[in-house]
Amino acid sequence: MPEIAPLNKPSSKTELFVSFTLLALQGFGGVLAVVQRELVEKKRWMTREQFVEDWAVAQIMPGPNVVNLSLMIGGRYFGLPGALAGVAGMLAAPMVVVLLLAMAFGGVSDEAWAQGALRGMGAVSAGLIAAVGLKLISALRGNPMGMPVCIALAAASFVGVGLLRWPLAYVLLGTGLLACGWAYLQLAKQAVHAGEAP
Amino acid sequence: MNPVLQLSAQDWLSLFNHFASLSLLAVGGAITTAPDMHRYLVDETQWLSDSQFTSSIALAQAAPGPNILFVALMGWNVGLNAGAGLGGGWISAGLASLGVLVTMLGMVLPSSVLTYTATRWAHQHREKLGIRAFKVGMAPIVIALLLSTAWLLTISHKQPGQDWPLYLLTALTTLVVWRTQVHMLWLIGLGALLGALGWV
Repeated sequence: MPEIAPLNKPSSKTELFVSFTLLALQGFGGVLAVVQRELVEKKRWMTREQFVEDWAVAQIMPGPNVVNLSLMIGGRYFGLPGALAGVAGMLAAPMVVVLLLAMAFGGVSDEAWAQGALRGMGAVSAGLIAAVGLKLISALRGNPMGMPVCIALAAASFVGVGLLRWPLAYVLLGTGLLACGWAYLQLAKQAVHAGEAP
Repeated sequence: MNPVLQLSAQDWLSLFNHFASLSLLAVGGAITTAPDMHRYLVDETQWLSDSQFTSSIALAQAAPGPNILFVALMGWNVGLNAGAGLGGGWISAGLASLGVLVTMLGMVLPSSVLTYTATRWAHQHREKLGIRAFKVGMAPIVIALLLSTAWLLTISHKQPGQDWPLYLLTALTTLVVWRTQVHMLWLIGLGALLGALGWV
């Protein structure tokens, strides 16, 4: 139901830059949750499915994930200048803020209350990330692999990374290759069926 | 405060090279390479003290913006050490800014060039079966990785008897953000307040 209305898009590189700056400045303990809520739910620049796809690429390519994501989103609308505007928006203002904080509060981080505040904020940001994960599950509904297979793959990956704490690269090579292989077969089958019954 | 470091142009170049190579190794986020940064900056070159290293990561996590900014703080501190601490005036500020530039460009530039080129290529071939299979196949795994990250952050507090209020706070945040549109800044503020008061 909510996917029927057409998506919006940024009208200019300036809007992209300003939007990303505002996003970044709201992101305490990581910006992913804010990006998901603002770009998918509020501004509606992308669907949940597109967000999952982009985040997959951003995470698998080397480098800072959020920088990769910004440059992909910016690049989609305005090419290379858009990619630069996205990354600059994500980094410039927060960098100034964090350096000012370092100058002002460099010594405060050892105080008990500051340590406590960090603990509390850390617990909240863990919750924010979990909530993004839970919300994105609905993006799997149209997945050609089917929901049961998706859940099995997700569960296996969670066990590997979260419970057994295997290195990410091994898990990606294991469940990742399996998933892409299975998806390939399913998509190929769909393509054959589509060819049979035009 | 006395100057603790003398950095040559060669040193700045090797700082850049080190972060540039980590940029291409940082699959799954820059923080995964933090152990190697520690080895290089603290153990090997001693350009940063242990506490400067740790507080760079902590401060970047507390401040707004992407966590990758811990890299900027590390560069900033290397520059400060190369000057004479903040007492060194404009020279220190200049060196600290140079540190930020060197580490951030090193961390961001190589991976960005690669990602941009690769996503352009993938976009041009987006109808190819292989590309679609990758996107479709990775979706459930990426979601699992998000949940794993949240899980690992939570259980990094290892004493359930003492840390259960933190677990509860994480669980409540998850529920609220998942099910409502409450602004996240309120939740972050609440977490900071509860923590500062020593309640969680």
